[in-house]
Amino acid sequence: MRVITAVIAIATGALILLGYFFESFADIQFLLLNWAFILAGVAALVGIFNLIAVHTDKIRRAEKGSVYSALLLIGLVGTLLFGMLLSPQHPAMQVLLDGVILPVEAALMALLAVSLLYAAVRLLRRRADVMGIVFLLTAVVLFLGSATLPFGDVPLFSSLIHPWVTQIWALGGARGILIGVALGTLTTGLRVLFGVDRPYGGN
Amino acid sequence: MTALLIITATAFLLFIITLWKRKSPARLRDIPALIRLYRILGLSIEDGTRLHISLGHGSLLDARGGSAFAGLATLRIIAERTSVSDMPAVASAGDPPLGLLTQDTLQAGYKAAGVEELYVPTTGRVTGLSPFSYAAGAMNITQNENVSANILLGHIGPEAALLAEASEREGVPVIGASDNLTGQAILFASGQDALIGEELFAVGAYLGAGASHAASLTVQDILRWLVILGLLGGAAAKFLGAL
Repeated sequence: MRVITAVIAIATGALILLGYFFESFADIQFLLLNWAFILAGVAALVGIFNLIAVHTDKIRRAEKGSVYSALLLIGLVGTLLFGMLLSPQHPAMQVLLDGVILPVEAALMALLAVSLLYAAVRLLRRRADVMGIVFLLTAVVLFLGSATLPFGDVPLFSSLIHPWVTQIWALGGARGILIGVALGTLTTGLRVLFGVDRPYGGN
Repeated sequence: MTALLIITATAFLLFIITLWKRKSPARLRDIPALIRLYRILGLSIEDGTRLHISLGHGSLLDARGGSAFAGLATLRIIAERTSVSDMPAVASAGDPPLGLLTQDTLQAGYKAAGVEELYVPTTGRVTGLSPFSYAAGAMNITQNENVSANILLGHIGPEAALLAEASEREGVPVIGASDNLTGQAILFASGQDALIGEELFAVGAYLGAGASHAASLTVQDILRWLVILGLLGGAAAKFLGAL
């Protein structure tokens, strides 16, 4: 069974890869990718069942935070029922989306700003090294260069230092990191393609 | 065709260097975060706490899948080493197919350790389907499940700040690496030891995942030098008016 799953995975990966380079493999690539999208949809359903199983288990054991698990399950089942009965385009479902889901995500985003500010303040306490100081100084320079201040722009910061840091240093660094990530992705992908790493089939 | 040539050359290099690394094991430079991770692995078994490995929400159907696969390779080793613990590792993901692979990988780790019967399917979880719902679910694990360390490996964006904040509040160390630039910056500011850029893909080699992982690092170094030479050559050619 292990060998069969590996052969299927490797053959599928190779065919999809070849589809990017040779026209004759484009049709099979399209078909396989369509299958992958359908399977990803099914996986979403399995993921939801997994979520239900985890939280049901928590409620059954009366674990710490099980009230939140109960709320999550009520929300999940309620939304699913409303969606199936009314259809996702129904105005009531839109109210649910605009009134609950989007504000909750926006609240988390707002919380993020506070968390980041707090992390920046703690940075020097945790890591008082050169890179920590450079990181914090860069953040201060960027804030001074881009923030809307009551007395207008800070001289030199918005016109000279901010663009110099963002366009040369930060952009160069970001590209370097992204090249590194791309190379890492390439070698990791090849390991999976050749079946050296097999995160499937229980190997 | 250039891309196919690069892929073929990389595959060839990877194959040759893997064979070479099997004979002579790699010498790796010290990365403080990974030394710490190695220690945390041992400590979690001794003090009866669990590790939480969060693999982000990178889809396996696009380029973000690379970081997810790197995270899965790490999860495989951690699962194998911590499977006999009273409190086995918990893994979370924000993408359903990745969640499925998380469960499969955990099971494989248990199987390799010879204790497949101890595997509990709910230790691999999909905590949410959007970045923030995923983070909210993963924060819950940190706060309520006796976690001794959070290991964040994969495609994690700004929501990493929420995970790091939850860890900080519980006094749980964070070791994180993301392929997302914002996520990396946040993890650098929030974590004690940050992994930057391609170090995300080095975790497997440092935890002893095998010769192919060590070979991958060498191949990445070779390719990086080629990119550097290409950039310098291009700049020189442009300066001399050849381009």
